[in-house]
Amino acid sequence: MSDPTLKPAILALSDGTVVKGKSFGKVGTTGGELCFNTSMTGYQEIATDPSYYGQLMMMTYPHIGNYGVSARDDEARQVMIAGLIVRSYSRQFSNTMADSDLHSYLERHGIVGITGVDTRRIVRHIRQQGVMNAVISSEILNEDELVEKAKSWPSMVGLELATKVTRKEAQTLPAENSEFKVAVIDYGVKQNILNNFLQRGCTLRVYPAKTDFSEIESWNPDAFFFSNGPGDPNPMDYALDTVSKAKATRKPLFGICLGHQLMSMSEGLRVHKMFVGHRGANHPVKNLRIGTVEITTQNHGFSVDPDSVDEKIARISHRNLNDGTLEGLEFLNFDGFSVQYHPEASPGPHDSAYLFDQFVERIRKSKEKTTA
Amino acid sequence: MPKRTDIKTILLIGSGPIVIGQACEFDYSGTQACKSLREEGYRVVLVNSNPATIMTDPMMADKVYLKPLTRETIKEICAIEKPDAVLPTMGGQTALNLARDLNHEGFWEKNNIQIIGVDIDAIDITEDRHQFRELMDSIGIEQCRSRIAKSMLDAKEIVEELGGFPVVIRPSFTMGGAGGGIIWNKDEFERKVLRGLELSPVHEILLEESIVGWKEYELELLRDSNDNVVIICSIENFDPMGVHTGDSLTVAPTQTLTDKQYQLLRDAAIKMMRSIGTFAGGCNVQFAMEPGTDRLVAIEINPRVSRSSALASKATGYPIAKIASKLAVGYNLDELNNQITGNTSACFEPSLDYVVVKVPRFNFDKFPGVDEELTTQMKAVGEVMSIGRNFPEALNKAWQSLEIGRGGLGADGYEEIDRKSVRERLLKPYWDRSLQIRNALKLGASVEEIHDITKVDPWFLEQISYMVSLENKTEGLTLDNISKEDLYEIKQAGFSDVQIAHLLSKSGTKVTEHDVRSKRLDIGLKPVFKLVDTCAGEFPAQTPYYYSSYEDENESVITDRKKLMILGSGPNRIGQGIEFDYSCVHAVLAAKEMGYETIMVNCNPETVSTDFDVADKLYFEPVYWERVWDIFEHEKPEGVLLQVGGQTALKLAKRFYDAGVTIFGTDFQKMDLAEDRGKFTELLLKLDIPFPRFGLALTVEQAINVANKVEYPVLVRPSYVLGGQGMRIAIKEEELQEYVQAVMRTHPENEILVDHYLENAIEVDVDSIYDGEQLHISGIMQHLEPAGVHSGDSTAVLPPYSLSEEVLETIRDYQHRIAKAMEIKGFINVQYAVKEGVVYVLEANPRATRTIPFIAKATGRPESAIGVKVMLGAKLSEFDLSSSLKHYAIKEPVFPFDKFPEVKKELGPEMKSTGESIYFLENFEDEHFRKPYEFKNLYLSR
Repeated sequence: MSDPTLKPAILALSDGTVVKGKSFGKVGTTGGELCFNTSMTGYQEIATDPSYYGQLMMMTYPHIGNYGVSARDDEARQVMIAGLIVRSYSRQFSNTMADSDLHSYLERHGIVGITGVDTRRIVRHIRQQGVMNAVISSEILNEDELVEKAKSWPSMVGLELATKVTRKEAQTLPAENSEFKVAVIDYGVKQNILNNFLQRGCTLRVYPAKTDFSEIESWNPDAFFFSNGPGDPNPMDYALDTVSKAKATRKPLFGICLGHQLMSMSEGLRVHKMFVGHRGANHPVKNLRIGTVEITTQNHGFSVDPDSVDEKIARISHRNLNDGTLEGLEFLNFDGFSVQYHPEASPGPHDSAYLFDQFVERIRKSKEKTTA
Repeated sequence: MPKRTDIKTILLIGSGPIVIGQACEFDYSGTQACKSLREEGYRVVLVNSNPATIMTDPMMADKVYLKPLTRETIKEICAIEKPDAVLPTMGGQTALNLARDLNHEGFWEKNNIQIIGVDIDAIDITEDRHQFRELMDSIGIEQCRSRIAKSMLDAKEIVEELGGFPVVIRPSFTMGGAGGGIIWNKDEFERKVLRGLELSPVHEILLEESIVGWKEYELELLRDSNDNVVIICSIENFDPMGVHTGDSLTVAPTQTLTDKQYQLLRDAAIKMMRSIGTFAGGCNVQFAMEPGTDRLVAIEINPRVSRSSALASKATGYPIAKIASKLAVGYNLDELNNQITGNTSACFEPSLDYVVVKVPRFNFDKFPGVDEELTTQMKAVGEVMSIGRNFPEALNKAWQSLEIGRGGLGADGYEEIDRKSVRERLLKPYWDRSLQIRNALKLGASVEEIHDITKVDPWFLEQISYMVSLENKTEGLTLDNISKEDLYEIKQAGFSDVQIAHLLSKSGTKVTEHDVRSKRLDIGLKPVFKLVDTCAGEFPAQTPYYYSSYEDENESVITDRKKLMILGSGPNRIGQGIEFDYSCVHAVLAAKEMGYETIMVNCNPETVSTDFDVADKLYFEPVYWERVWDIFEHEKPEGVLLQVGGQTALKLAKRFYDAGVTIFGTDFQKMDLAEDRGKFTELLLKLDIPFPRFGLALTVEQAINVANKVEYPVLVRPSYVLGGQGMRIAIKEEELQEYVQAVMRTHPENEILVDHYLENAIEVDVDSIYDGEQLHISGIMQHLEPAGVHSGDSTAVLPPYSLSEEVLETIRDYQHRIAKAMEIKGFINVQYAVKEGVVYVLEANPRATRTIPFIAKATGRPESAIGVKVMLGAKLSEFDLSSSLKHYAIKEPVFPFDKFPEVKKELGPEMKSTGESIYFLENFEDEHFRKPYEFKNLYLSR
């Protein structure tokens, strides 16, 4: 819905594509890798998901802002996306539980948005041309200048971003009826992952990405969790070091998204950048062990190369039904498993929450073994 | 698990004649099921009594039984065909009830026939309010507080318990919620409770805490035998709780739920589906959510393909019935492909990048005295669906699709609005609520005020408020000074050129639709066509299913093949229903065979014609001039086919003709001749064919003069209408005066026809096809009821049962002479009245009629296909015209009077039936003939 007070804004892609729209959120200029998300609900969870740090998020569902924003839907304390692109921003929202409208929220967090874009056209463009960088501006309206800016925006390949979104200090989160202690290595962990552990009686200590392993070990956790996060895992040698040391403890390990990629790399598997990533809440993933399918939330632009999986190292536990990409691994040389997708959902279906139960079961077994 | 090999023959049960609550969506589902099962190599035996369905065409199933849907029929068929399995989930409540009844008898088990697609024992639970409640309690799903009453005394107690009125009443096991509603106060209590107890076959009703005003949602699910469940579509009702979902304006996907709220619904729906036994197939779940909280209550679950599944299929592109059939025979979801993209999995949840609006179509005008308030009992006779890139666009398009003469949601110069009537109209739910909300906003009411009265979610109200702000802005502008940006914005909101012309005219200078169109084309504003692809553009799609919008990129690529555009028949309504969709589908198939690329335009989500695999290209758009013309200009087909979509398409003929477009078949001017009573009379005079005396009038006075000349009783009606809309019989001057005034109110621009009414004449309906040389009489049908009862409401017998060979010869001769004189190319229907041996011509219709599918089924001849091929240049000599009809076929109409208890059953020149069934007679002792024959004069009224 257009509002006469909205200023003009421009979206410029690094290949020269330029789209005019109207500004919402902060007036300014922003840039990043342009990606799209096909989830029809959950714009706030997406905007605050640290895995999206530095990316321009385009929602494919046309009406965005309908139910405002509410503190209970934040996945992190700040908005993580670099900018928001929508077809039709709704300033008027309907939700008695909301704290504010999306525009004011983005403004408060200093995030630039653009509305009135033929988002479907841009989706089709990216689908055909591959992922690329772009800029949004509501202050510079010179198209050539903006295209140049998009071209010179740093590529996501080789970019280490986890340290930009990780906690600055370790934090303990006690669970009610606490049974286990889980060390969470925060590369940009989503709040709902922490919630899922807490609900299952896991007291957490969440560590900044570059915490020295000896510090983590000194807390004497029962298990280790490697979180989701933004950027390319390839330059994250410091994290591989942590994973390797955690493996050596012989305690259970679980990784989601970036954590999954790091665990894979620590076993010598390759991670490559995808032509177009998976971002949405409708991706079918088949659990190869039991043969059932779960509808999953996904958000990744990098992926573990299934050809690099040695059957002596790991077994592929989950696969994407649409394109056959690798979605989960069961490691054979240590007590660990990992998934590329997001069992914590938020936004998205809860079909995969059982993975948290599985992890808790592993922790229980592992503890029984050590005490026996 | 791959498909089952232990079953070979599958019995599919249809839904019978079209009634309110069960319309042509079950032809869509049955047709998809047939295709889907035969694709897998199963032998499909089909039973359905509705001749106007595609599913009952000989090509659809291995064996088709056009028989009444009774236990006896099913038993007979099973004895002959020995099916291994029965699939009862594609034929609505009718099929499911039939399967249940036979299950209770132990019939299926005894005959070793497996029920697939549903857990039949679990159905008993979902249909029994009490058991359902217990089941929901056991899985932790909340429901409204309620209790079952078996007597008036029970009912009184329960109302006390629930804290008094209002309470909701739901009789058990009735179709379309018959007898259901809200009891607002003590005065209504006894009447409504008694009726509910009577209507329920088990004589029990549920009385329930009222959650009127809560937000209402529906989810469409699929589940396979490996217990994988996916949500195909979420639907939010614009009309809050209190209005039957079939009568509600609905929107897909949900618009006002946060992800956390939506996931509550999703989790609950999956839990519910898994709780009702083990079965593989489709399911629909309805919920209410308390505004301002997350309190969610389950309303009901339908473990079968439903009206909403048809809507969800068309809204998402996902072929629910087709996939549900495959699941029923053992496939798992992950073994099937998404047919839209071709190479991704069918086991996923579609993502929409557009907004879908469904608006029901009502026919209250046909039933004077009917209670128009919308309740929990369905009253709509059809629906339209529209697709837009935003809600305003979809809503305006839906109003353009309704074919009630509107250019969109108001702003089209249709009515003067006044505060009092708008307020009154908003106090209760009526069919035009969205329009009345627009009217209220236009009059300056606030969103809060309207929300207080209607409980419609403020987000929707804000959207309409935005539409009104666009109206207000445009009203101050002229054609010359409206900027490109402003024009673009209002077009993006779905406003038609008619609406914009009306708004621009407010500044003083009259602006026409044509002016607006020229202006916008001059400045480069034309729609683009976007693809419905199930995946929001994430993957390339194979199927050509489009909708229009005003945006940057067009996705509909034009081929260099020769093309033909077919206009569909729009929403189902009395007088224009499934029979026309039947002919549209055959027109598509026939034109394909003749080498054309076929382009289908239609907006009815219940139909087979809007399945993505019927036409080469489907535009899901209003059959509204501007939209149709935009598509025409984009596709540039050789011409248009208008004679198969009923009056909807024909109404646009003149505009196509004026634009110089080729109209296939009979020339436009000749078609128009049939509508122009003066010219048609000249033709009959020239041919020396008798007709009832008549005259034309524009005023009451003229009508009286004509009536005196032609003599009473007279038949009064507006010209250019279908289904006898507004037609009445007057026996004296006072009545005539009253009727003429009524016609002038409803059809101010039409001339009024006053015919002498032939009392006690026999009416004969003749369909035929003429190729310029040869006339093929498709069928001569004799009506049981006297002339004066609309042909659509008559019980018709094919061939005639009491006409002399001499009369028949005269009829054939007249038919041939009229066809020749009108230079017909294709279909020609003529209606006759026979009185004292004299044959009178009543009217001629140069198009495919309602009775074409009936004749096709009775004779085994593909009448629609033959007619369309002749229109495209084929000769009758190329076809096998033999008939397989051995004795007689009888067409039995079905009426909706049970849904409108306050309306008296009367039949007259205005059509009132919603559908028909076919029955094959061997002799006239059969009660299907004897009964209607006995009552043939009973209901005739003026």
